[in-house]
Amino acid sequence: MSTLAIDKSGPRRKVKYGSMSRDRVWAMRWSYFFLALFAAFSLLPPIYMLITSLKSSAEISAATNPWWVYHPTLSNYVELLTSNQFLRFFWNSAMVSIVVVAITMLISVPSAFALSRMRFWGSATLATGVFLTYLIPDTLLFLPLFKMFALFGDLTGIQLINRWYVLLLLYPTLTVPFATWIMIGYFASIPKELDEAALIDGASWLQTLTRIFIPVALPGLIAATIFAFTVSWAQFLYPLVFTTSTDQLVMPVGIITTLIKGDVFNWGQIMTGALLGAAPPLLIYAFLMDYYIAGLTAGATKG
Amino acid sequence: MAEVSLRNVVKRYDDVEAVRGIDLDIADHEFVVLVGPSGCGKSTTLRMIAGLEDITDGDIVIGGDVVNDVPPKDRDIAMVFQNYALYPHMTVAENMSFGLRLKRYPKAEIKSRVAEAARMLDITDLVDRKPKQLSGGQRQRVAMGRAIVRNPKVFLFDEPLSNLDAKLRVQMRIEIKKVHQKVRTTTVYVTHDQVEAMTLADRVVVMNKGRIEQIGTPNELYHNPATRFVAGFIGSPAMNFLPCRLEEASGKLNVRLTDRLSFPLPGSRAARYQNVPRGEKLLLGIRPEHLTEGNGHAAPGVEPFDAVLDVTEPMGMETLVYFTLEGTQVCGRVDPGAGARDGAPLRMAVDLNNMHLLNEGTGVVL
Repeated sequence: MSTLAIDKSGPRRKVKYGSMSRDRVWAMRWSYFFLALFAAFSLLPPIYMLITSLKSSAEISAATNPWWVYHPTLSNYVELLTSNQFLRFFWNSAMVSIVVVAITMLISVPSAFALSRMRFWGSATLATGVFLTYLIPDTLLFLPLFKMFALFGDLTGIQLINRWYVLLLLYPTLTVPFATWIMIGYFASIPKELDEAALIDGASWLQTLTRIFIPVALPGLIAATIFAFTVSWAQFLYPLVFTTSTDQLVMPVGIITTLIKGDVFNWGQIMTGALLGAAPPLLIYAFLMDYYIAGLTAGATKG
Repeated sequence: MAEVSLRNVVKRYDDVEAVRGIDLDIADHEFVVLVGPSGCGKSTTLRMIAGLEDITDGDIVIGGDVVNDVPPKDRDIAMVFQNYALYPHMTVAENMSFGLRLKRYPKAEIKSRVAEAARMLDITDLVDRKPKQLSGGQRQRVAMGRAIVRNPKVFLFDEPLSNLDAKLRVQMRIEIKKVHQKVRTTTVYVTHDQVEAMTLADRVVVMNKGRIEQIGTPNELYHNPATRFVAGFIGSPAMNFLPCRLEEASGKLNVRLTDRLSFPLPGSRAARYQNVPRGEKLLLGIRPEHLTEGNGHAAPGVEPFDAVLDVTEPMGMETLVYFTLEGTQVCGRVDPGAGARDGAPLRMAVDLNNMHLLNEGTGVVL
């Protein structure tokens, strides 16, 4: 019945077949080129630190190739790791960072949950406000904060300045807003039906948070944890201003104030200290990264 | 198990009225389907029964208790969502038992209830899997299992089959019906698919623009629609509507479509429309199955006419034909052997014993 004529000569070949994959190859080449460039740029300083940390003071000041170690020595490491002072800095840093991470998560997770899920008057404005506070730099805040704590000490007799634990109050001003913002984003990506299902199943808000939201938003939680830890571990300005006694110092400030004596820079130990100081965030990052990816693939998407 | 009653329930968002005063009584064990186009307020109504939305006015009664201010968890209901809403970090068994675990049921009972529901839904082999490892149909079964294990007073379904492909949808529809036959829990089911509504429901509630258009059994709605909306919404392909007028000619009542075309009414219909004012603008409602090929010897009330077909759709057991009747595109169903072809003329017949007359202005079926 059909009178349609079918051309049996076969389809014509396009000449430029496979151009899609050729484009991709070039995209790969360019991206590897820039990645290599970036890797070199960011890895050279730590490599230089490692090289310098393996040299004696004499070799550092000698006029030899600075990128090569002629007489490797671990003396810088031995000295630092057997010095009570350095271990004290390390301990203070660890204490401060761990407690700050805990405080940050305890505040930001529930507040992010409230801001993203409980509709109340002004919640949207509040969410934006939380983020805006993050935009105020610490260089602008440290003087008023110092005055506040000084006044607080005068009025109550409780002296917080020059105590390592004052940092537990200061760091969350940096970590909580951003961590909250990250968590709001993650919680917002959880479908609304999930908490409605939990609500109907009989869960309270708190149970919905602890048994549904936190497990499902684990990757976000880890991202926020990494952020809070990195910020507290590396923070320099606040401890420099608020702590002065050697036994109260954290690592970044401790290394600078004790290893630079006048105009004498103990470069070998400074570099060793910096490397050792960079290790914990690196380790935590490496460990949590695995977890982070595992969390992503373990079904943390909507059912 | 329980009855559910809605008394003049209203839902207003700021200045938008989503639900405009609904009265509905659902009997114990009954399967009621709320159906309507999107934005008709059916989902909002369901969510108000669930307690996920506050009601602006009126009362919702479940099992004799007014539950207006009772939180969802204390209403003893279970809900199945369109996107399943399974907890992604829990296994199937954990998903199903979550509610029972929150209520601190004994472990042995939780285990037996989950096993029982899994057996009923044929997902026993899947209980240790995570939702991500399941297909859409399996996830929907788990979502139903989560509802069943709670043994609630009322099941609420919010478009549960909309995310499934056509074949699976038919299969799950039967599955849902089977489950309801077994557990007999009062069920309120929301869908925009009238076929789903017709096949599942004891009674269908057709909603439009925040109001109930008609409540009835699937057959009542199909054969005796109350309004143009219901007549056009229920049934696929939809009912044809043709502008017409009633006129009297030599003592008999005729329905006149145009100057050229009019049909005499059969006796039963003539009696029914006796009091309709002559000359008023009306619509003739005819379902496609009552527009068939004219096979020579006409039965009483079946009137032949000639048509030129625009398009034909062979369905196998029947052929859908589309043609223009006095300026209006209409659809008919003819036998595959009737020789219907695109662009070809065909002798057709209209069965006026099953006709409907509607007031064109108000849309009310007379």
